[in-house]
Amino acid sequence: MTAPTLVFGWGNPSRGDDAIGPLFVERIEALALPGVECLTDFQLQVEHALDLKGRQRVLFVDASLATATFEVKPIAPEKDASFTTHAMTAQAVLKVYRDLEDEDPPPTWLLAVGGRDFELGAPLSSNAAANLEAALTWAQAWLVQEAAVGEWEARNAMS
Amino acid sequence: MSFELETATHPEQLRRLAIDPVSRVEGHGKVTILLDDDNHVHQVRLHIVEFRGFERFIQGRPYWEVPVMVQRLCGICPVSHHLAASKAMDMVLGVKLTPTAEKVRRLMHYGQILQSHALHFFHLSSPDLLFGFGSDVAKRNVVGVIAAAPETATKGVLLRKYGQEVIRMTAGKRVHGTGSVPGGVNKSLSTEDREALRKDIYQMVAWSREAVHMIRSLFESNLAEYNAFGRFSAQSMGLVRADGAMDLYHGGLRARSATGKTIFDHFDYRRYWDVIGEEVKSWSYMKFPFFKAQGPDDGWYRVGPLARVVDCDFIPTPLADRERQNFLAYDGGSATGATLGYHWARMIEMLHAAETIKDLLNDDDIVGTDLMAPLGERQERGVGVIEAPRGTLIHHYRVNENDEVTRANLIVSTTHNNQAMNEAIRQVARQYLDGHEVTEGLLNHIEVAIRAFDPCLSCATHALGRMPLEVEIVSRDGTPLDFMTRDAHGVCSRT
Repeated sequence: MTAPTLVFGWGNPSRGDDAIGPLFVERIEALALPGVECLTDFQLQVEHALDLKGRQRVLFVDASLATATFEVKPIAPEKDASFTTHAMTAQAVLKVYRDLEDEDPPPTWLLAVGGRDFELGAPLSSNAAANLEAALTWAQAWLVQEAAVGEWEARNAMS
Repeated sequence: MSFELETATHPEQLRRLAIDPVSRVEGHGKVTILLDDDNHVHQVRLHIVEFRGFERFIQGRPYWEVPVMVQRLCGICPVSHHLAASKAMDMVLGVKLTPTAEKVRRLMHYGQILQSHALHFFHLSSPDLLFGFGSDVAKRNVVGVIAAAPETATKGVLLRKYGQEVIRMTAGKRVHGTGSVPGGVNKSLSTEDREALRKDIYQMVAWSREAVHMIRSLFESNLAEYNAFGRFSAQSMGLVRADGAMDLYHGGLRARSATGKTIFDHFDYRRYWDVIGEEVKSWSYMKFPFFKAQGPDDGWYRVGPLARVVDCDFIPTPLADRERQNFLAYDGGSATGATLGYHWARMIEMLHAAETIKDLLNDDDIVGTDLMAPLGERQERGVGVIEAPRGTLIHHYRVNENDEVTRANLIVSTTHNNQAMNEAIRQVARQYLDGHEVTEGLLNHIEVAIRAFDPCLSCATHALGRMPLEVEIVSRDGTPLDFMTRDAHGVCSRT
């Protein structure tokens, strides 16, 4: 059975702060939260649209140069130039989902966690590590709350 | 050595036009074009920043870690690095793989070829091919393809997904797999996974065959333009099996001249440096490899699907071999020298990959239990060569008595194709830009030529479609006169 919540973090674990996405996923996976599936990859691509099928909510996680600590926002399908590259944006993946499945994708949020150094072989910077911890604290509470709301809605729909 | 249009005689008197993509983490590539006041092209260069410090990233590590960690050099073709490094470390251990180990690795590799070629054709290149090289940028993306040909786009996603599943089941994980290890593999295919893959493989073969027919029909309807676009003569190189068959996992090196004459054949890649040298140029971080016998001036060559399909004697799977024969015979073989012929050849290889996966799934060795070869005579040097989706990939290591890597040299496919890509964009600049007012649509022609090679470096491919394009026109004294940009959403503006 498909887990209702997908946490999908991407990045290269060996490129400094680009490891934020995979590390975030690793930490959430270790919590073994019920109804949460964790996936990771180096970068987003068209086939990841298929990972969204049957979900009730999706949390995308990536390192960001544009964020000081962390920032979370709901995102919608969007067509952009990343379609012609090997690394798509989360919004572009949602657009592929909508076009392939002929339906809106599940509600999706993008969690952008601040990073600064992306050199090959570099470790996670102390700044990024602190941002990662703050983002994890937020995410744990959010995932628990979302799961409770989802459960309540499912029960309500059945009764 | 300087090639025609590589270096202008008086660059200070020319306008500079730069296609300058940005990239967050993996370096960047750019194209610079120098134009005179009448828009005549005087200099065209493709600069690509190579993986920064990747040899340093590897040195000092124990050899058994290398096949896993090299996957992190590139998010686009990690499996190719995983397998090339494994082959190099097999040599260090002096082993000959068991049948199961070799077949599991081959399955992983052909899964990678399938998913990579599917992504490139259906999603990175088909917008250009379906809508035209200078078409509206709003159309020129996968969404445009989905709108125009929804079934085609869906098949592309599912082919890609299937290849990813092959990788997951053989490497152990979707990413950062550990399936291939020095001396063998750490798991074979499970019976359940074998059956799951067998269920869909015939569909994948059928869709791959349709894709070959699709690119053929595109050539048929645009033959003159497709054949002429960025066309140039080049030597070529790739691995072939002992009997001359296409083999993307293992073989000897074959090099051919532009007219098809053999330069070297079945050359043992463990001494590749006897036939291949690398030149450095001041204007690019990426080296320019060449055949040593001819020197840097005349020894450059191309690699990848076009070179492989043309230079092998046959393809050892029937449907792909039939398509190869059709490709070679079509219009007297004219497409075999075309830059856009890469797309046709790539689809023939995708069909071959699907057929090979089918054959491997039907081979009981794929679920065997004999995974590791007995250790042989230890070597200080390990060289592993593989035909990655984009071309020949060389991994070369030295390992000391403490099992640490002391030296590493990697020559990736895009480096082999460096001069060839420069030739292609110079031809395109001559054909389409020279004497014309530069527009975004015309600039895209340059990218179409680069995309035909499917550059492997993340820094090239990652950045190329992500744009932004920056077109800067300056006067002879360097004063900026005009500036055109295309942002990440494809919107052009002029300031």
